[in-house]
Amino acid sequence: MNIDSLTISRIREGLEKKEFSASELAKDFLAVMEKGKDLNAFTVVTESLAVQQAKAIDEKIAHKEKLPALAGVPCAVKDAILVSGERCTASSKVLEQYVASYDATVVKKLKDAGALIVGKTNMDEFGMGASTENSAFGVTKNPHDTSRVAGGSSGGSAVAVAANQSVVSLGEDTGGSIRLPAAFCGVVGLKPTYGAVSRHGVIALASSLDQVGPFAKTVDDAKTVFEAIRGKDAFDATSLEVQDSQAMDVSELRVGIPKEYFAEGLDPEVEKVVRGGIAKLEKAGAKIVEVTLPHTKFALATYYIVNMSEASANLARYDGIRYGLSKREGDLLHVYLDSRGELGPEVKRRIMLGTYTLSAGYYDAYYTKALKIRTLLRQDFETAFEKVDVIAGPVSPFLPFKIGERVEDPLAMYLVDIYTVPVNLAGLPGLSVPVGSVGNPSAGSGQGLPVGIQFIGRPFQENTLFEAGRVIER
Amino acid sequence: MITKEEVQHIADLARLKLSDQEIEKFQKDFSSILEYFEVLSQADVSLVEPMTHALAVENVMRQDQARPGDPEVRVKLLEASPEHDKGYVKVPEIFQ
Repeated sequence: MNIDSLTISRIREGLEKKEFSASELAKDFLAVMEKGKDLNAFTVVTESLAVQQAKAIDEKIAHKEKLPALAGVPCAVKDAILVSGERCTASSKVLEQYVASYDATVVKKLKDAGALIVGKTNMDEFGMGASTENSAFGVTKNPHDTSRVAGGSSGGSAVAVAANQSVVSLGEDTGGSIRLPAAFCGVVGLKPTYGAVSRHGVIALASSLDQVGPFAKTVDDAKTVFEAIRGKDAFDATSLEVQDSQAMDVSELRVGIPKEYFAEGLDPEVEKVVRGGIAKLEKAGAKIVEVTLPHTKFALATYYIVNMSEASANLARYDGIRYGLSKREGDLLHVYLDSRGELGPEVKRRIMLGTYTLSAGYYDAYYTKALKIRTLLRQDFETAFEKVDVIAGPVSPFLPFKIGERVEDPLAMYLVDIYTVPVNLAGLPGLSVPVGSVGNPSAGSGQGLPVGIQFIGRPFQENTLFEAGRVIER
Repeated sequence: MITKEEVQHIADLARLKLSDQEIEKFQKDFSSILEYFEVLSQADVSLVEPMTHALAVENVMRQDQARPGDPEVRVKLLEASPEHDKGYVKVPEIFQ
């Protein structure tokens, strides 16, 4: 079979017509993963799990049983999401040997849907980063140009799909960690509405922002995976059950272009490609409307205060007491200090800043203020959504940058997420769709660097985002 | 610029051990990042409520009744701990 052209429906067709078996799929994808390990997309290969799952699907086929939604589909899972019995490292030395004690709810749903879990993917340590350079296990390389980053923090999951090492994958997005690597790697990535997908069994970064979502080669595949993993979960009190929204036809769509997302700082070549995508929507019948999101300039600072504050609380549990790296010589204080000593520099930096912003005397000035600005940002979107149905813009101001270019300067790295963070702060859904590429001077062969267009919707209007995405794909 | 003592105090609160080099790097990083945060002083939030949840939802409640967990998971949780004995996780002494 032609691995590069496989989609969820193509796999279903091939299995039903007996063109190939699920076991053959598992074997072939595991081989592609091995051959492509230079890209460093995976931290853990879950070969026996995938093989065992494939056998179960083949038995279902042999008994002519009805196949579940993701039957036989090779799926990679970000290494922040627990798969029972497999290591879950969050790309950190502190969890390098930790074996997951249970399945995350999303993993249980993938298993029930018949997916083949082929491996755990590399990420920025504990989700902190925009390039996967902050992994304790090496950077993940962009398959379009291996001297450049894949984006982050879900770099491995994006590359797994882009390099055909899996057909779909799961990532997690706190401030752009699905949408950015999707844009940098030329694949589709969805951050669902906050609460659409359960966070049970997902290593927490910032609990009011985190959401798990799919990567895929097509919008339809992203939709299928989203539908398989979403839903209210008793183990996650922030999760919600929502009725499917009626997708708007593109001819009825009013698309908002925020003037603040097309201002100074946006690479003109990226802008050109993104505007090309907007023109495509207009040609398909959508109405293009300029909108304003006036508090955009406060979004990045607000995001980092919320992210670092919540992260400092969420990472307090890595203390060497109940699991993870534990260094037990010395008194209790030294157990804490030594066990936490192996955390990476960006992780330490954010824990420190978050501790500072939440400490007595500073809490109101930073965290409470940031929460008030979140209200203003959400109101900006609500006002815009009175005039439009979907908001469109770039995913990142930059093209995929060279490995090492930004990692020494924290602020330079933070700027990469400037258009993605407002979406998490407001709890809205965001979809990144490949919209074109820009010629790459260092590639020589004329192969371009991918560019993504971001669509932002009202809560639980993922179907409208998918509709806009399909127009871009045509 | 934030002082070495302030950085050390925060590290103590966060139970992090920092080398002298790390302390110096954090002084610089802190200063530039906190300076960036200053942009928020331009925001007028005088009449605004803090946003504690993305969507207007209600608190999720249930009866306070213990629900038995999966006994296999319990075993795995114990096995994940650095030291355990007779079904308990062994922890370092708090008082010495």
